[in-house]
Amino acid sequence: MENLINIGIRSIFIDNMIFAYFLGMCSFLAISKKVKTAFGLGIAVVFVLGVTVPINWLIQNYILIPGSLGWIHPSLQNVDLNFLQFIVFISVISAIVQLTEMAVEKLSPALYGTLGIFLPLIAVNCSVLGAALFMVGRPYNLGEATVFGIGSGIGWMLAIVALAGVREKMKYSNVPGPLKGLGITFLLVGLMSLGFLSFLGFSL
Amino acid sequence: MSAEVAEVKVEKAEPLFSKKNKKLFTNPLDIDNPVTVQVLGVCSSLAVTTQMKPAFVMSIGLTIVTACSNVVISALRNTIPSRIRIIVQLAIVSLWVILVDQILKAYVYDVSKQLSVFVGLIITNCIVMGRLEAFAMGNKPWPSFIDGIGNGVGYGLILMTLAFVRELFGAGSLFGFKVWESMGLHYQGNGLMLLPAGACILLGVIIWVQRSINGYRESH
Repeated sequence: MENLINIGIRSIFIDNMIFAYFLGMCSFLAISKKVKTAFGLGIAVVFVLGVTVPINWLIQNYILIPGSLGWIHPSLQNVDLNFLQFIVFISVISAIVQLTEMAVEKLSPALYGTLGIFLPLIAVNCSVLGAALFMVGRPYNLGEATVFGIGSGIGWMLAIVALAGVREKMKYSNVPGPLKGLGITFLLVGLMSLGFLSFLGFSL
Repeated sequence: MSAEVAEVKVEKAEPLFSKKNKKLFTNPLDIDNPVTVQVLGVCSSLAVTTQMKPAFVMSIGLTIVTACSNVVISALRNTIPSRIRIIVQLAIVSLWVILVDQILKAYVYDVSKQLSVFVGLIITNCIVMGRLEAFAMGNKPWPSFIDGIGNGVGYGLILMTLAFVRELFGAGSLFGFKVWESMGLHYQGNGLMLLPAGACILLGVIIWVQRSINGYRESH
């Protein structure tokens, strides 16, 4: 249990998807103009990460890694499908995103109204595929992988909501012309990233 | 209808390196740069630029993937149903990324190790998807190929600039060659340059400089 809490805190604050790995920067910069929409996208990312990381963990450990196909038939013991990793992971992610979109549309039209347009975007959010690939590189079990997925999502949401809050106030500042928009946003992200560096001191 | 026919005729007469095609190549280098203007592919351009060598390999990999997937998608553009186009695009892009990844693993294993997940992340690199959606879905294979190369090089340009400054001031070297020490100077590396924060601030400054020169402005 303690282990799970550690992984959760680590993935939210220390290994933050945005400030430590720069994953999902494109939608982070594009959709962070308003707090409300940023929050909606954040929730969708948490959900998709929380679902796809465990599914990809199962696929990785029961289908892809060498020797993992033994549970079907002993003669498949030597098959190594690891080179298919990228294409399998991205297919799972886009399939889950598509399914989620359809399910939300059917079950809760109100939620679809707020989340709908963001869901297709998440398929190409690098933080989702990135989390799946990080998960492969670390010795997690299924429970830890799930916590890692959700934690990464919460970390991402935290970052985008914080940036959206700052950018809403930036409207009232007098920024030099060439720096307006993207330039000042990058400087802001840099400063926020400096703040998040202080979490590096935690040893879990 | 007649306008369409006329357009086709003009395109047929177009030479291989016409003015329009040249523009397709030069625009992404500056005024329509994928990183600093279109805001695509930011993640990898910040993450792989602590040193010149991985940045260089990454730019080449991305250029190849963008150009090749642009060609394939543009050749198939009339047969792809629009409802499932994202998954078709992702499948074709991941095909090329797998090829690039396997080649990197076979020939430059140390760089491939250094790039870690970022080779795989070319799949979701927004430059590739963005160009497929915005250009290849509506244009012929040859212009799409040039567009892919142009955007790849534009991305590479920003990557190399970032990596140049970050490696020179962060580690005091270029492509692993100790610059300051070879001039007989002692250089204490500036750790900020190697941190994520340094990369963001540096990219902000690059955008500032570039926009001051080319006059591009955002409204807010």
